[in-house]
Amino acid sequence: MSKKRKNLNELKPREAAKVSGFSRLNEAMVIKLREIGFAEGDEVEVLGRGIFGGTPLSVRVNQTVIALRLPEARLVEVDS
Amino acid sequence: MSLGPDSKLRVALIGAPNTGKTTLFNGLTGGRAKTGNYPGVTVERRTGHFHTPKGQQVELVDLPGIYGLAGRTLDEKVAIEAITGQIEGETAPDLLLIFLNATTLRTHLHNVFELKALGRPAALVLNMMDLAKRDGMEIDIAALENALDMPVIPCNAARKAGREALMQSVDALLEDAAVSANQPRKEITAGTLKTMQRDARSLANKVIVREAAMNTLTRQLDSIFLHPLIGPIILASVLFFMFQAVYAWANYPMDFIDEMFGLLHTQVRGIQPDWLGSLLADGVIAGVGSVLVFLPQIIILFAFILLLESSGYMGRAAFLMDELMRRTGLNGRAFIPLLSSFACAVPGIMAARTIESERDRLTTIMVAPLMTCSARLPVYTLIIAAFIPRENVGIFNMQGLVMFALYMAGIFSAVIIAFVLRKTLTKGETQPLLMELPSYKLPGLWDFTLALWQRSWVFLRRAGTVIFAVAIALWFLASFPNSEDGIRGSFAGMIGSVLEPIFRPIGFSLETVIALVPGMAAREVVVAAMGTVYALQGNEDQVANSLSQVLQSAWTLPTALSFLAWYVFAPQCFATIATVRRETNSRGWTIFMVSYLFALAYAAAFITYRTALLFTA
Repeated sequence: MSKKRKNLNELKPREAAKVSGFSRLNEAMVIKLREIGFAEGDEVEVLGRGIFGGTPLSVRVNQTVIALRLPEARLVEVDS
Repeated sequence: MSLGPDSKLRVALIGAPNTGKTTLFNGLTGGRAKTGNYPGVTVERRTGHFHTPKGQQVELVDLPGIYGLAGRTLDEKVAIEAITGQIEGETAPDLLLIFLNATTLRTHLHNVFELKALGRPAALVLNMMDLAKRDGMEIDIAALENALDMPVIPCNAARKAGREALMQSVDALLEDAAVSANQPRKEITAGTLKTMQRDARSLANKVIVREAAMNTLTRQLDSIFLHPLIGPIILASVLFFMFQAVYAWANYPMDFIDEMFGLLHTQVRGIQPDWLGSLLADGVIAGVGSVLVFLPQIIILFAFILLLESSGYMGRAAFLMDELMRRTGLNGRAFIPLLSSFACAVPGIMAARTIESERDRLTTIMVAPLMTCSARLPVYTLIIAAFIPRENVGIFNMQGLVMFALYMAGIFSAVIIAFVLRKTLTKGETQPLLMELPSYKLPGLWDFTLALWQRSWVFLRRAGTVIFAVAIALWFLASFPNSEDGIRGSFAGMIGSVLEPIFRPIGFSLETVIALVPGMAAREVVVAAMGTVYALQGNEDQVANSLSQVLQSAWTLPTALSFLAWYVFAPQCFATIATVRRETNSRGWTIFMVSYLFALAYAAAFITYRTALLFTA
């Protein structure tokens, strides 16, 4: 399987991936994403999404589940 | 650094939200602070005391949860200021107990690194070890201790044995804790965090001997509860079932309590001298009794809310509501304070501290009093019982349906008002959502019972104090100077007559207006007040009748509906108004809230009354 660089919000449900980095666009938000648990190399999986426009997302980060909205998910870069 | 048994040491509980800090605090200090299974239950600093086994007196400080030092919400700021000694007139704590949920060690270990970098004496409490074991997780505690250069205490704070083991260690910790100088706080940037996370993840790889399988139950439940289609249907059903249950299950115990007070009233009324019999029967029993009747409903409602809070479903409800909340311009997290407001608006308003944006927080506070709190329950039930037939519509109880509609009226007006506020007074960008969803948990029976008792006790105590006093005061005001020509000749009647013209257009009678005056203090007081006022008016045949039967003959249907509409909006609660004043720190916002709610109440009651008159005329 070839590795593809995407943003977290582009993952399909149940598709496992690893965090590769963060956007440089919104440092304040990236700090929060990091503090709550996202880090390079972490295993992530989109567990579910809201019915309208696919937001919010519930994402498994290692053994933790975190809920976030589309704009926040866009800041997380992943390899799948 | 033991300073002898007389000196008091301060120990602070810090760490990620929902890791068991308040559970430990309650367990050690005998405190009764609210706990729950969602992030952001604790929103303020709280202190309590306990003695270690060696007799050292400890002042324990419970703090809101933080993921790191970059927190910007009010509750996070309080926690950060407390552990860094920035709170006025207070030094930094002598020891930090850093909490970490063992099952999420890998994801949150860097939080410990961040807190450790403060340079304060600290120990790591690895809580919820029982859950970690259940999930098959194995941790090398000694290696973790070595690498962190900090004592690590595996713990299960929800159990007494777990807390006792922790206390034993605290003794040793207090003796050993090296007093180090406060290190200057480094600015937290994405870069420094990245380094910390890298170190923490590599340490996690070393100390986690066996990884936990992700809680499969939580995963399976979430695939149902968070399903885009089924999830919202379940949420709506849960709320609907809750109100139906409050109605249907409480009927029998309520009828029973009602009859008991009826009997008691007849017995006591016979006491001589006549005025004493009247005071006890028409004042105390009619007043306090008419509120106590609602205890079964209150207990059922609180039990449901408690279950939602402690099971982990609360966070899911916020998740499901996020999109709707976003469209009104609010944050999904705002749903938690709003749902809490079903019990009481006061903790609901305080829970808004977890909302980062000041505008979002203000908006949430402004609409929280529209959520139907438990104090409205007696009022709604009383009027519904008197005027809505006890019939079934399909499988649903008609009275329960009306109750549900009243709750919905509150929710919808809150959504609309929030929307309008966000477009005008609290205009601004939409805020992000970032929230951990905890594992589902079944609350322990004992903890559940205790919490239910504590909350119901608040209702009982109010019936015994405020309502008792109001009932007696009102009896005097309504009996003197002259009760010959009915209530109009009394002091209460004179006061009521002044206000009567204001309320005549919305169909309220003099008795209702008189009852509304003490009802400004707290909503359910109006029921007690009407109990007293109508008991005094009652002729001999009516004496044993319950208040709802009395209202049936005294009020018309339009008046009853108008009264219900008034109660959806009217901000009749001193405690709520005082809390809004404190939390907004603004007289302007407080006055704004009280005025817009009274204006809405009057308008809604007016429209309802006039419309109902057209249909019944």
